[in-house]
Amino acid sequence: MNGTVALSAADLQQVTPATGIFTLIALLIALPLAGAAILLLGGRRTNRWGPYLGVLTVTGSAVLAIVMLVKLMSLPTGSRSIGQNLYQWVFAGSFKVNFAFQLDQLSIVFVLLITIVGTLIHIYSLGYMAHDVDRRKFFGYLNLFVAAMLILVLAGNYLLLYVGWEGVGLASYLLIGFWQYKPAAAAAAKKAFVINRVGDVGLSLAIMVMFVTFGTVNYSDVFGSASHASQGTLTAIGLLLLLAACGKSAQFPLQSWLLDAMEGPTPVSALIHAATMVTAGVYLIVRSNAIFDRAPWAAGMVIAIGIITMFMGAIIGSAKDDIKKSLAGSTMSQIGYMITAAGLGPIGYVFAIFHLLTHGVFKAGLFLGAGSVMHGMKDNVNMRMYGALRKVMVVTFITFGACYLSIIGIPPFSGFWSKDDIIHAAFERGTLIGVAGVLVAGITGFYMTRMVAMTFFGKARWEDDAHPHESPKVMTIPLVILGVGAVVLGMALLFWGNIKTWLEPVTGLTEAPTVIPDWAIMTISLACVLVGAAIAFVMYARRSVPTTAPRGSWLTRAAREELYGNEVNNTLVVRPSYYASRVLNWFDARAIDGFVNGLGGFTGAAGTRLRRMQTGFARSYALSMVGGAVLVILALVLVRL
Amino acid sequence: MNPIMASAPALFTIRSVDYRAISPVLIILAVALVSVFVEAFVGRSARRPVQLVLVFGAFLATFIDLITLHATRLVTAAGSVAVDGPALVMQGAIILLAALAAMLMAERMVDPSGDPFAARASSLPGSVDEAEFSARGYFQTEVWPLLLFSVAGMMLFVSANDLLLMFVALEVMSLPIYLMAGMARRRRLLSQEASLKYFLLGAFASAFFLYGMALTFGFAGSVNLGSIADAVSAKPSQSGLLLLAVAMLSIGLLFKVAAVPFHQWTPDAYQGAPTAVTALMATTVKIAAFGALMRVLYVAFGGIRWDWTPMLWIVAILTMVVGSVIAVTQSDIKRMLAYSSVAQAGFILVGVIAVSGKGLASVLFYVIAYGFATIGAFAVVSVVRDASGEATHLSKWAGLGKKSPVTGAVLSLLMLSFAGIPLTSGFIGKFAVFSAAIANGATWLVIVAVIASVVSAFFYARVIVLMFFSEPTEATASVVVPSAFTTIVIAAGATVTVVVGIAPQPLLDLVNNAGLFLR
Amino acid sequence: MNVYTPILILGILAFGFAAFSVLTASLTGPKRYNRAKVDAYECGIDPTPQPEGGGRFPVKYYLTAMLFIVFDIEIVFLYPWAVAFDRLAFFGFCEMVVFIITVLVVYAYVWRRRGLEWD
Repeated sequence: MNGTVALSAADLQQVTPATGIFTLIALLIALPLAGAAILLLGGRRTNRWGPYLGVLTVTGSAVLAIVMLVKLMSLPTGSRSIGQNLYQWVFAGSFKVNFAFQLDQLSIVFVLLITIVGTLIHIYSLGYMAHDVDRRKFFGYLNLFVAAMLILVLAGNYLLLYVGWEGVGLASYLLIGFWQYKPAAAAAAKKAFVINRVGDVGLSLAIMVMFVTFGTVNYSDVFGSASHASQGTLTAIGLLLLLAACGKSAQFPLQSWLLDAMEGPTPVSALIHAATMVTAGVYLIVRSNAIFDRAPWAAGMVIAIGIITMFMGAIIGSAKDDIKKSLAGSTMSQIGYMITAAGLGPIGYVFAIFHLLTHGVFKAGLFLGAGSVMHGMKDNVNMRMYGALRKVMVVTFITFGACYLSIIGIPPFSGFWSKDDIIHAAFERGTLIGVAGVLVAGITGFYMTRMVAMTFFGKARWEDDAHPHESPKVMTIPLVILGVGAVVLGMALLFWGNIKTWLEPVTGLTEAPTVIPDWAIMTISLACVLVGAAIAFVMYARRSVPTTAPRGSWLTRAAREELYGNEVNNTLVVRPSYYASRVLNWFDARAIDGFVNGLGGFTGAAGTRLRRMQTGFARSYALSMVGGAVLVILALVLVRL
Repeated sequence: MNPIMASAPALFTIRSVDYRAISPVLIILAVALVSVFVEAFVGRSARRPVQLVLVFGAFLATFIDLITLHATRLVTAAGSVAVDGPALVMQGAIILLAALAAMLMAERMVDPSGDPFAARASSLPGSVDEAEFSARGYFQTEVWPLLLFSVAGMMLFVSANDLLLMFVALEVMSLPIYLMAGMARRRRLLSQEASLKYFLLGAFASAFFLYGMALTFGFAGSVNLGSIADAVSAKPSQSGLLLLAVAMLSIGLLFKVAAVPFHQWTPDAYQGAPTAVTALMATTVKIAAFGALMRVLYVAFGGIRWDWTPMLWIVAILTMVVGSVIAVTQSDIKRMLAYSSVAQAGFILVGVIAVSGKGLASVLFYVIAYGFATIGAFAVVSVVRDASGEATHLSKWAGLGKKSPVTGAVLSLLMLSFAGIPLTSGFIGKFAVFSAAIANGATWLVIVAVIASVVSAFFYARVIVLMFFSEPTEATASVVVPSAFTTIVIAAGATVTVVVGIAPQPLLDLVNNAGLFLR
Repeated sequence: MNVYTPILILGILAFGFAAFSVLTASLTGPKRYNRAKVDAYECGIDPTPQPEGGGRFPVKYYLTAMLFIVFDIEIVFLYPWAVAFDRLAFFGFCEMVVFIITVLVVYAYVWRRRGLEWD
């Protein structure tokens, strides 16, 4: 990146109107949406068959998506961007926004990830939620989520993307709070909602700035005219989009909701808070590559945020004893990788998406595996109460193991290929970024090994009434599929699917020389991972694990407290706004009255007598109106001066 | 030469009045008179059905009349009435929303005693008389002529092209509402207090308006908005008087839209007034007040917009921030909705500040979308009750969504619309208003507005959380099954909110084709 | 600006008179306060009597006063019409009839609701 901006490929690829199978793009969304509508509005009548309908709609979408992929692959490279315009949504003067979808190389991979992983998680939920009285509603919400997420990735313009963006937020909110009788779940839902709204400010402002600058919010038009906008405007849009991405993808400084969100049912954590929704920020940045390519400063901020979160997530993941929260920290960290890669520009976009796909599969596998363990351990999430489960939960252990090897990046598992590519791209940009990537890879090796060791190895530290057992078939079959995915997906995408050339027309792809030779980078990072893993294995599999957590070092304690993210939020945002509200309220209700009383003291006997004759507070309201009148007059006069 | 003598004969020249163009207002006024007549001569038991037929008949006739008039663009009655696009659109919206509010007023299934209004407004709260009137089953029907007069005032308010007529319309609109605000059947002291406060402060604000009018006349020698505009562009240097005039007129109108710092009557009046009347205040009055505010500022003082936009900036920011932040701490749903309405007024002011055709259209869109959502919300509030009447304290709403999922879902939808979540009308409205403001360079204002709307999302979400994410307690209120009247209002509010959110085009076309103010 | 000079002078005079009266009264008058002195005074009746045990308080006086004002103003409107009767011709006549009818309706209402009866 030396000042010159290569015209990214997105500017060149034309959107062709949908024909044939592609006229059914809307059906991809309509199926789960109809499922959600039937399940949520149908009431108790649908209790019996509702969950199966929920599975069926998503499966239908998945099948349709696969057919579309096959068809898309048969098209020539330049015409793989399909647009379908449903109707003119908003039209005011020169401002037009269509309810239009755009299916291209980037969105189809997301659609596949969402629908296929979604289908597996729906099936898994049949078993996991079998005993929940409200499971019809659960599947309704899941369907709603899938529909919203599909809108997000299939939207042809930013406004429709915003619809999906808010939709997934809403579904996520409903699902985090699904077990609302747990106060922690309700609180977590609210927290996720509020923090996500902060990110949404960024997105909505970005859209408005785009609209004012370009007169349109369609992808193709915005990207086409991005080169005409000023550097300042593009940087502003980029930073606003980054803020949005931080909210949705739990990146620093808006990361704190993700760990709390683990209060939701485990399939939700797997689908929404690991595989799909939290990666929406990555999608947003990669989709907006034409803007970030021309706003290097914003892109630099993206890298910085990515690296900070990468470390934060990994450190938190290393200290948590709650298996889900540890995985959530890991998710933050892995998304940090993707965000960093996306910030690298055309040398990294493809790898961000590549890692996103492999991560989506192996992280879903890890979460579902954790769910399976919890299922066998009476919903206990404390890893200190696990141990030696490899013998009683064989299928879970093997699939979890495959996903584990994938996430820490052992060749030839999926994660190896994608993470290695990102680290490589990071070194292309700057050695320091690359070193950060390698270090976090080492920490990843540590915390994932710690998790596996505490759960499956060592001595059994089960509670007395725990009788761990393997989960039913309906849960293990999705595990097996995801486990196989964790093994082969990386190679499949890289060598058979040719992910780099596939995505290049949308994102562009350039390569730059690195200071350190390729083989050395790979060796160093593998060595780092193995060292981290070895330390963890010695600490947690060889030595015995105490069932109550030791006090630990300051770093451990800080990490357990999620690096004080909540305290920072409370001190900087929550408490000041609470007090501001209190003060304003007090002022509104009483201060003016007090002012009147105070004033009365000065104006002597006549004033006091006048005041005594008045009752009620209308006088103070009137006084504040006079104050307002003075303000209005001053504002008018001062402007003139 | 004596100027008074020279102009004297002109005072008595017969000006032509286009009765066809002002027929919507005339219909309402005529029916209002008939309605008073009915109060005088029709027997007690027959009054209600007759009044209902009259009121809804008048609304229907007026609405049809407005549709046939939709292409009319003229100024009539000696330049004092402008029948233009924005006026017609707002009149149509006022009629529709007033009809919905009238349905809430006509509801008799919700309150066990049969009527939302006091049997006799004159009886002392808690007195023997009051008990006796209730026991005898008296119902009052005076609200109907009051409603009609008020609606006539609103319709004139948005099309008055003359400060004097605007003032008369303002009073015709306001006085009946002050009265109706004090007529609640339950919690009468609260209701009367609300009425008195609203009246006193309203009179105070009217005085400001009147004073501004006098100053304007001193400056321009006319109260006609067009002539004022001419005077403003002719002698912009003599501005001291003019600025004071703009300030005074703005204060009078900003009071009616409930902008900070002229908002303090809002929570008290909203909380105390019968919910049906609150619904009327929160929707139609807001539309009328914004219509008049924009007409005065755009038509008469458009030439010195650089003088008053900074003032509106300050007011808008204060309104959005104070409204949103204070709403967070409210524990009564009607007070919360009141502060929410303050905050929403701030968002609408952002569109007013755009001072452009786009801004005007976006404000029209916003107030209409907001009006339907608001009237739906108040309708929901009116059916959530416990033994003491309406259960407005939020603690009684805990777990309501579980007891009554449909009611909870509808209110959640409306709350999401207030918060500006996509696929609801509120989202399109906010987007239209904000983008109009950005297009006119008010980027920082919009940033504040978006942040305020995030804060506001918090308290809207709080209601949803309370209804769906907490367990019902013994104190949780229950939802009374209302008659078709309230059901229609709730359904209309929810339907418009969703339909306008998904397919906003017809409404956008309507407000965009309305064009600009005539002068 | 000289057009406004008389207005300004009038304003100063009016304010000065009010200030002068209030000040002189409070400076020179004896200061013996009692309940009656701080009460609002209107035509010799207690403005807000509270009957024991609650009940209606009489608003007869206000009602009559207000009705008087309404009809008084009606007359004020009739004068200029009478002066310009010739020039306003039939149009003016019709408008005045409409005006009088509106007041008549109100009159009918007040009459039927026994607003004109003292007891």
